[in-house]
Amino acid sequence: MEIDYNVQPPHLYPEYKSTILRSPTQPLVPVAEMLKDKSLPAFGESAIGKFDNDLTKNARKDHDPIGERIKVSGKVMDEYGRPLRNVLVEIWQANSAGRYIHKAEIHDAPLDPNFLGAGRMLTDQEGRYQFYTVKPGAYPWGNHFNAWRPNHIHFSVIGHQIGHRLITQMYFPGDPLFEFDPIFQSVPKQARQLLISKFRMDWTDAEFALAYEFNIVLSGRSKTPFE
Amino acid sequence: MSTEKLQQTPSQTVGPFFAYSLTAAQYGYDFNSIINGSLLSDEMPGERIYITGSVFDGNGNTISDAMIELWQADADGNYVTQYPNIPISNINFKGFGRLGTGTNAEHQFNFTTVKPGSVKAQAPHIDVILFMRGSLHRLNTRIYFSDELNDADILLNSVEALRQYTLIAERKEINNTIFYHFDIHMQGEKETVFFEL
Repeated sequence: MEIDYNVQPPHLYPEYKSTILRSPTQPLVPVAEMLKDKSLPAFGESAIGKFDNDLTKNARKDHDPIGERIKVSGKVMDEYGRPLRNVLVEIWQANSAGRYIHKAEIHDAPLDPNFLGAGRMLTDQEGRYQFYTVKPGAYPWGNHFNAWRPNHIHFSVIGHQIGHRLITQMYFPGDPLFEFDPIFQSVPKQARQLLISKFRMDWTDAEFALAYEFNIVLSGRSKTPFE
Repeated sequence: MSTEKLQQTPSQTVGPFFAYSLTAAQYGYDFNSIINGSLLSDEMPGERIYITGSVFDGNGNTISDAMIELWQADADGNYVTQYPNIPISNINFKGFGRLGTGTNAEHQFNFTTVKPGSVKAQAPHIDVILFMRGSLHRLNTRIYFSDELNDADILLNSVEALRQYTLIAERKEINNTIFYHFDIHMQGEKETVFFEL
């Protein structure tokens, strides 16, 4: 299955103002079947550093970062639920005060000298990934008066085929900002829950970190198991 | 295993703040990068080329927070993935690169690579994957080369004739260095062709 617009946002979503001058106005050009299963590169374990998937440690200087420690984990799959192993998952996020370390960020909230907010890892044989981090804060972003982003973690995923390249955002259950956020609202209503992680009490590290599950299903031209 | 399909995860914008994770070394953040603007190592055989360009919005202004990935075959027309069991970090030629457009005053990207060979009867080309603040999707396009025979290429021929030029990078030689210039226009008369992938 290619891009499914019952699930995917449109290119132009005027409530998210930056799409107005940055989305294509011409329809995308269809591609011959033979070109759709082109492989993407595989990355080796040697590319991943020891603390790359632990954001509470990978920028630690003298203290743990401030914030609610959480574990975010899940599975990367194709549309038939088959796990995709050796997929590069990269994440980035604001700190617990809602401040990004990016130089262009001007929101008046404190930086945390012990937190960068970047991580990466490869999925294992079962397609699983797992990050430790702190829960990101909300922040204002200037799209309209008093616009605030819900808490979220950005995900970049490089799967096996060219159609498996995805960048998305993971949200947290019950966020009161969902209804006010045009980036979240750009996704068709029936698909929005796919971007909201599940709270998993049974996956917590007892008395250490709460746990959220976020599974990722990549589009692309995967053959059905019976083809 | 059931043939019932799962719903694909919706795409969201890369936003303005990807650099300290996805292109950290290029932007000077304290996090190493495993993908960068070079698709190769020094010993790689083939014609050394640079791929330069900018991304323009609907007002014709350059975009300073786009992220571009390139994916290509080597000079013999083979992708890294065709060499079995070799992870990308262990070989000379990666064929995959990534840059943001925010570290240069003109918001240009400048990739280092070798010119790819032709692949399965297609003209030599580089796949381009584009993300930016203000785009809710991955966008796919392709770079072809102005000095190649592109007439018989299956994908280029699927594009209406008047728009094909938006996919062809122009060769320029400056001080014995070979550049191919490829601008991406999101909208307007010169709107770049994007593919449904």
